[in-house]
Amino acid sequence: MPRPATSRLDVRKTYKLYVGGAFPRSESGRTYAVVDGKGSFLANAAQGSRKDARDAVVAARKAFPGWAGATAYNRGQVLYRVAEVMEGRREQFAAEVAAAEGVTARVAQSTVDTAIDRWVWYAGWTDKIAQVVGNANPVAGPYFNLSVPEPTGVVAVLAPQRSALLGLVSVVAPVLAGGSTCVVLASEDRPLPAVVLGEVLATSDVPAGVVNILTGRTAELAPWLAEHRDVNAIDLCGGDPEQAVELERSAADNIKRVLRAGEPDWTSDPGLLRLTAWLETKTVWHPMGV
Amino acid sequence: MPFDYAPAPESRAIVDIKASYGLFIGGEFTDATDGTPFKTISPSSEEVLAEVSEAGPSDVDRAVKAARRAYTGVWGRLAPAERGKYLYRIARIVQERARELAVLESLDNGKPIRESRDVDVPTAAAHFFYYAGWADKLDYAGLGPAPRPLGVAGQIIPWNFPLLMLSWKIAPALAAGNTVVLKPAETTPLTALLFAEICQQADLPPGVVNIVTGAGETGRALVEHPDVDKVAFTGSTEVGKAIARAIAGTPKKATLELGGKAANIVFDDAPIDQAVEGIVNGIFFNQGHVCCAGSRLLVQENVYDEVLDSLRRRLGTLRLGDPLDKNTDIGAINSAAQLARIRELSDVGESEGAQRWSPPCELPEHGFWFPPTLFTGAGQSSRIAQEEIFGPVLTVLTFRTPEEAVAKANNTPYGLSAGVWTEKGSRILWMAGRLRAGVVWANTFNRFDPTSPFGGYKESGFGREGGRQGLAAYLTRGGPGA
Amino acid sequence: MSTGTLPDVSRDDASLRAFLHGLPGVDQVGAEARAAMLSTRSIKTTSKQWAIDTAISMIDLTTLEGADTPGKVRNLCAKARRPDPGDPTTPQVAAVCVYGDLVATAKEALGDSGVHVAAVATAFPSGRASLTVKLADTKDAVAAGADEIDMVIDRGAFLSGRYLQVFEEIVAVKQASAPAHLKVILETGELATYDNVRRAAWLAMLADADFIKTSTGKISPAATLPVLLVMLEAVRDFRASTGRQVGVKPAGGIRTSKDAIRHLVMVNETVGEEWLSPDWFRFGASTLLNDLLLQRQKLATGHYSGPDYITLD
Repeated sequence: MPRPATSRLDVRKTYKLYVGGAFPRSESGRTYAVVDGKGSFLANAAQGSRKDARDAVVAARKAFPGWAGATAYNRGQVLYRVAEVMEGRREQFAAEVAAAEGVTARVAQSTVDTAIDRWVWYAGWTDKIAQVVGNANPVAGPYFNLSVPEPTGVVAVLAPQRSALLGLVSVVAPVLAGGSTCVVLASEDRPLPAVVLGEVLATSDVPAGVVNILTGRTAELAPWLAEHRDVNAIDLCGGDPEQAVELERSAADNIKRVLRAGEPDWTSDPGLLRLTAWLETKTVWHPMGV
Repeated sequence: MPFDYAPAPESRAIVDIKASYGLFIGGEFTDATDGTPFKTISPSSEEVLAEVSEAGPSDVDRAVKAARRAYTGVWGRLAPAERGKYLYRIARIVQERARELAVLESLDNGKPIRESRDVDVPTAAAHFFYYAGWADKLDYAGLGPAPRPLGVAGQIIPWNFPLLMLSWKIAPALAAGNTVVLKPAETTPLTALLFAEICQQADLPPGVVNIVTGAGETGRALVEHPDVDKVAFTGSTEVGKAIARAIAGTPKKATLELGGKAANIVFDDAPIDQAVEGIVNGIFFNQGHVCCAGSRLLVQENVYDEVLDSLRRRLGTLRLGDPLDKNTDIGAINSAAQLARIRELSDVGESEGAQRWSPPCELPEHGFWFPPTLFTGAGQSSRIAQEEIFGPVLTVLTFRTPEEAVAKANNTPYGLSAGVWTEKGSRILWMAGRLRAGVVWANTFNRFDPTSPFGGYKESGFGREGGRQGLAAYLTRGGPGA
Repeated sequence: MSTGTLPDVSRDDASLRAFLHGLPGVDQVGAEARAAMLSTRSIKTTSKQWAIDTAISMIDLTTLEGADTPGKVRNLCAKARRPDPGDPTTPQVAAVCVYGDLVATAKEALGDSGVHVAAVATAFPSGRASLTVKLADTKDAVAAGADEIDMVIDRGAFLSGRYLQVFEEIVAVKQASAPAHLKVILETGELATYDNVRRAAWLAMLADADFIKTSTGKISPAATLPVLLVMLEAVRDFRASTGRQVGVKPAGGIRTSKDAIRHLVMVNETVGEEWLSPDWFRFGASTLLNDLLLQRQKLATGHYSGPDYITLD
């Protein structure tokens, strides 16, 4: 962090978890040291535990009906609000990204801008996706028949390991845009931008529990989420490829929807892959008569 | 004198069942190179209908290779419109041979001819007709320009709607440009084998459709074959989970249509007579061998007596017996194993304290039969209210308020379908929005159409069959780097 | 239907309305699907034989033309008594149905055959006359010897919600028609919805109708299977509520044996065999009888018959 010339001692922040709209420490009491690209100490991040993951799932489930039931317009406004609040903290995010990813200030700034714009992009999708992927079905009979997308439920997200902010936003925003809620395992070695994002979410009209962010060891926490029966889907994006196979097997236990491991180029057009991955198609029939 | 309907059997003469069947690979029937042949029987009489080959791993490998060759050699290069024309041809031949298919289906499966004739076969033909038209319109399927097929699809279908499930699988796969290896259920292989003949009559290029018969091991070989790009499975949640585990870490895509325990919710302002029909159709259609069956009846407590009286009276008119009799409503249970499962769970229901009721109903001496059965006095915690019975057994529960109805309906790991009966429009939409199920039938039940996406939430599976969504399940985004 | 204070519901329009509109609704698509399913029943050999004879015995052999004459009616009565002169085992029909002025002719022609005389009354078919005229019409027919009166309800009053007027008119005609049996024609083709059919059926039963009848035969659509279904459900539920059994008569448009058998199947599977007798189920028809006779001959001889072997009356 840039330090003012007058050598005032800066006030550091304790980076905590973001669960159910609050910022608890890990119930385990554990922390781990986070360093920057050059190996210098940045902060002690909370090292989330299996019980933190459990609490996060409970929070996400509790938040689901309200978030899924909110109007698409409302969700769009909330997502746009996230962009607005992030915009106001552009410099803070750029500093976090530069520190976490070891990139230049310019690259960091550009990354933050893209991340903010991604929120705007997904904000716009909330009330359009149903029109793009839903449809009226002309069945051969006197029935009104409509297919609409609905949110899948609670999504566990293994955030990208390298792209600490843009990648994170690119996997979280589509969950929210579709109306699902999530438990996110932040990048293990670069978790700090995720915690700051949590602070933004907490002040952006995103209801408590809609996004829950855990920091810690991905390999330790991911199995609990992959096996959790109250988790409906899992994005293995930032998972270790070898472990991801095991996680996918675990996910089969309650037929989770799975996106396999692998990080695309986050600066390119995201398309609808991640948005539609967390949508179910519901088809409603009704007779037409007098 | 009472109005007794004299027997009105559909003639079996129309079908010509061979003594034994090989595997349909590369456009020809070939002998299995490994595996032990097995017999398929008529569940209504236990009569052996034919001997069928069991495809072993090397046979499955041959079939996948044939499908791959056809994919890279012919089908993938064919002009889309021509691909569509093959499907139109198939649709027409299914219509031309509809009666034959219906009789064969009822023989091999045990379902009433009225259903195979009026539902299974016409809907199967409709699926081919619907997807035929998609073949040259893939650019409009919602995946952007020039979407691409996935390649070779391994498809595994259940015994409850053998030909119809085949059509749900094969029609969209072929329209999208894939080739397929399909495994019918071991107890109901005959219509799939007749379908192979239909492919020959249609001059479908060899290898585009391959039919391998066998049981679980054959299915496993197909799912695990490294050159299969897409797995489409309809069947039990248990097997669905095994498939999801098996393809973990592979690039294979999957569509899973699994079990269900649908709530059929009847409010006090429902059109009661139609609701009773819907309840009956919901659980006794196809002997309840329906993944989306309305197996949990949720009745608003203030109309419980009225609904149950009507329901019991209506059950008294159901006609159980010879599947080939045109007046039969309830046919045979598909297999001894399934009958044993239905009996076991029904016994559990009784031992848990629920009251069991069936109308007076004489069961035939031979074959596998189970009477239409109601359980009352069961709780949400009863096993018969939680587990899929997959038979003609309805568990009746009650609720007091719309919130309670939704909570009880959703209180299951499944989420395939649900029914709502009320004449209040806004309540229907309120309920439809809250039921966590892929198909919601409001004031109707068990309706199917090729244009209408079908598939479940939660442990009922993922992916959709039918409609544009069902087509997209066999496509991937086109363009460079895709 | 729950049993309750049924007599009170006819206190005034509001009570009648509350009661009739409180009946369960009818989903058109579901009712039609049920009717279509029942139409697939395949009635063969012995059951077909039984159904044909039963259908013949349930016919109200009808002529309701401006051109009707005593000669025409006498011919019809002869046919009613002995539908197939070549086969004395053929049952006779239930009744002959004529306009009031021809009741005496019919009565005389039918003698002690046991075939009833039914008369349409109450300014049939439109019902557009004063109550005085309707009652006089009814009394005339009864005085002339009618065993059964087929009245029409005031559809205008029904559709405008004047249920009490319709109710009171039926009650008055019922009194005027005693001791004859009263069939109340709902003219379902003009009621437009199955909900209305159910309400009109209940209204007629509450007003003490002995039979409810679909149609005059002068309006299309006349009897349809879904309408019959709704009416059968109504008599079934009414009996469950009150203990009183009411008969049902589809009329108009039933021309073939196949149609008639479909109706019987529907009766059988909706209300059961207690309604499967001429006392509780009738067909209002004119040409149906000849088709039933043709089919009867086919079953008896094993080969197809032709119109030259059936009398035209």
